[in-house]
Amino acid sequence: MEKPRRGQVTRKKASAAQLRITKDINELNLPKTCTTEFPDPDDLLTFKLVICPDEGFYRTGRFVFSFKVGPNYPHEPPKVKCETQVYHPNIDQQGNVCLNILREDWKPVLTINSIVYGLQYLFLEPNPEDPLNKEAAEVLTNNRRLFEQNVQKAIRGGYVGGTYFERCLK
Amino acid sequence: MGDCQESNQKRWAHLRKVLERPGPFSHPEFEPSSEILDFIMTSCKILVIGAGGLGCELLKDLALMGFKQIHVIDMDTIDLSNLNRQFLFRHKDIGSSKAETAAAFINKRIAGCQVTPHFCKIQDYDEAFYKQFHIIVCGLDSIVARRWINGMLVSLLNYEDGILDQQSVIPLVDGGTEGFKGNARVILPGMSACVECTLDLYPPQVNYPLCTIANTPRLPEHCIEYVKVILWPKENPFNTELDGDDTQHISWVYEKSMERALQFNIPGVTYRLVQGVVKHIIPAVASTNAAIAGVCATEVFKIATSCCVPLNNYMVFNDVDGIYTYTYEAEKRRTSTQLLEIKDPDTMKLKQLLELLSESASYQMKSPGLTTIIDGKNKTLYMSTIKSIEERTRDNLNKTLVELGLKDGQDILVADVTSPSTLVIKLKYQTNDVEMT
Ligand SMILES: [Zn+2]
Repeated sequence: MEKPRRGQVTRKKASAAQLRITKDINELNLPKTCTTEFPDPDDLLTFKLVICPDEGFYRTGRFVFSFKVGPNYPHEPPKVKCETQVYHPNIDQQGNVCLNILREDWKPVLTINSIVYGLQYLFLEPNPEDPLNKEAAEVLTNNRRLFEQNVQKAIRGGYVGGTYFERCLK
Repeated sequence: MGDCQESNQKRWAHLRKVLERPGPFSHPEFEPSSEILDFIMTSCKILVIGAGGLGCELLKDLALMGFKQIHVIDMDTIDLSNLNRQFLFRHKDIGSSKAETAAAFINKRIAGCQVTPHFCKIQDYDEAFYKQFHIIVCGLDSIVARRWINGMLVSLLNYEDGILDQQSVIPLVDGGTEGFKGNARVILPGMSACVECTLDLYPPQVNYPLCTIANTPRLPEHCIEYVKVILWPKENPFNTELDGDDTQHISWVYEKSMERALQFNIPGVTYRLVQGVVKHIIPAVASTNAAIAGVCATEVFKIATSCCVPLNNYMVFNDVDGIYTYTYEAEKRRTSTQLLEIKDPDTMKLKQLLELLSESASYQMKSPGLTTIIDGKNKTLYMSTIKSIEERTRDNLNKTLVELGLKDGQDILVADVTSPSTLVIKLKYQTNDVEMT
C-alpha cells in the first residue's frame, strides 16, 4: 500500500463552498432592519445577523442569529440559531428556528439573502400554525392582545409563564 | 506465454473485436489497432474512488475488461451489512479495510491484474497523486467527496494563453445510486458540466419540518430526528457533536428515540433505523449498483480507447417500475480561471487592482469583493458591501500586492453582481529578470 503523500505543500485551492459564500456575502442586500457582524472578517462562514424589526409585535426588540456555513454549502443549508431568547411561536428556548427554507425546503439556488428575508418575515408574521413554542402559538391564536403584551414583557426582560427572558430592547 | 503476448490470449477476443476493426457505432476518428488493447493492459492507469457497493462492481468490471493498472481508495472498513451486495468481501473480512480487501480479492481472482489499495480519505492525497491517472471513476455515496474530487480535477487544469491544455484534463466518470434510482455521468473538467454546475440535480437530504419533529411526530423518523436535532444539542450527552459511526452515540439516540416514540405511540423505531436516519443512509439495491457500475465501466473503456463516442453527458436510471433511462447534456456553467497580468506588484496597490476590475472593458465590475487563500487560510482582501468587513479591510486598499502577501500565480476570488458566480483571477506577475522566488 502506498503512503499518503502529505506534507508536500501545494497551494490550497478555494473550496466550492468558499467560492459560493464569497458571492453570497458580497451580494447581501440587507433590509434596513438588518445588520451583519463578522467577528473575523477572514472567516465568511461564521457570522451573526441582527434584526431590529420596525413594525409588528417585535418592533421594540433586537434579535441576534448565528450563522454557520458548512463545507457542503450550498448543497446543505447553513445552521442558523437564534441567540436571543425570544417569545415566539416559531423559535424555541434553545434557539431552534422553524423556517421551512432552513430545512425541508432548502435548495442550492437559495442564498444567505433568502434566509435573511425569511427570518425577517418571521418577526412580521409569526406563524401559529406550525409552532415550535406551542404556548406562544396558542396565545397568538386565541388572544392577540395578550400575545402582544407577552412579547413586550419578554423583550423588556422578565417572566412570561414559567420562562425567564433576558432583556433585548433595541 | 509472456506478458507482452497476453493481449493475444483468447480471453480478450471480444475486446479485440471492438478494438481492432471499425464498426457502425465507432467514434469518427477511431483508428482500429492492436496497440489499443496493449495500452489498456500495460499503461492505462485508472483510479476507482470508493470500494463499496458501486466500487466492488466497478473493480470487477474494469478488471474483466482488461484494465490492469487500477488503484482503489476508500477510508471505510467492512461491516456485516455490506456483505449482501459488496461481493468482494466475506464474513471473515469484517473490520478490515474495504480498499485492501477488494484489491486482494481482484488480484487473486483475475490473473495479471494489479489493483493498488489506498486505505485513507481522498483528501489525504494531493495533486501529485491524482495527476498520475488517465481516468478517475467514482462510486461514492457522499456529495462532499464528489465535490472535493471534482474541485481537485478542475484545479489541475492548465490554461496556456486562455486555451485549455488538453493534457491537463483528467476525465471523471461518476456513478451514484439511491435505492432503485441511479445516475452515471461523464465529466470532462473544463469542457463539460461538472459537479458544481449541476449541484441542483443531487437530491437534497430529507429534512423534516422542525415544528413537526418538535410537536406532532407521526413517523419513527420524526422521533429520531427530534433526538438528533433538538435533544442532542440540549443535553450534549458526550460533550461532542453526534457521530453516526460511534456506537455509544447511536445507542443513546436509540434509547431516547424509543422514549419519544412510546410517548406518542409511534411504532417502528429500531437500532438500524436510528443508524440510517443519523447517517442519512438510503437502502442500497444490488441490481441498481450493477447497472450503474456497468455503464460507468463502459464509459471508462470508451474514453480510454476512443472506440466509441462517450456518454454526453448525464444518464438517469430508474428501475422502480420496469426500467427507465434517459440521457441528456447537462449544461456547463461558466466558472473559469482568468489570468490577470500585473506589471509591478511592488508598487501596485489593492486600490488600483479594484479600479482595474471596475474600469477595464473586460470586467466592468460594480462592487467587487475580493478574498484569497494565504498559507492555507482564507483571507478577505476587501469587501465594500458589508460594513463590518469594509471597516476592517479598508487598510488593505493602500497596501501593495506584495505587502499583502500575494504571490505570482495567486488565485484571487472575485465576487461581483455582474457575474453569475465567483470568478477566480490568477495574478501573473511580469518578471523583471532578477529576484523572483
Ligand atoms: Zn462546473
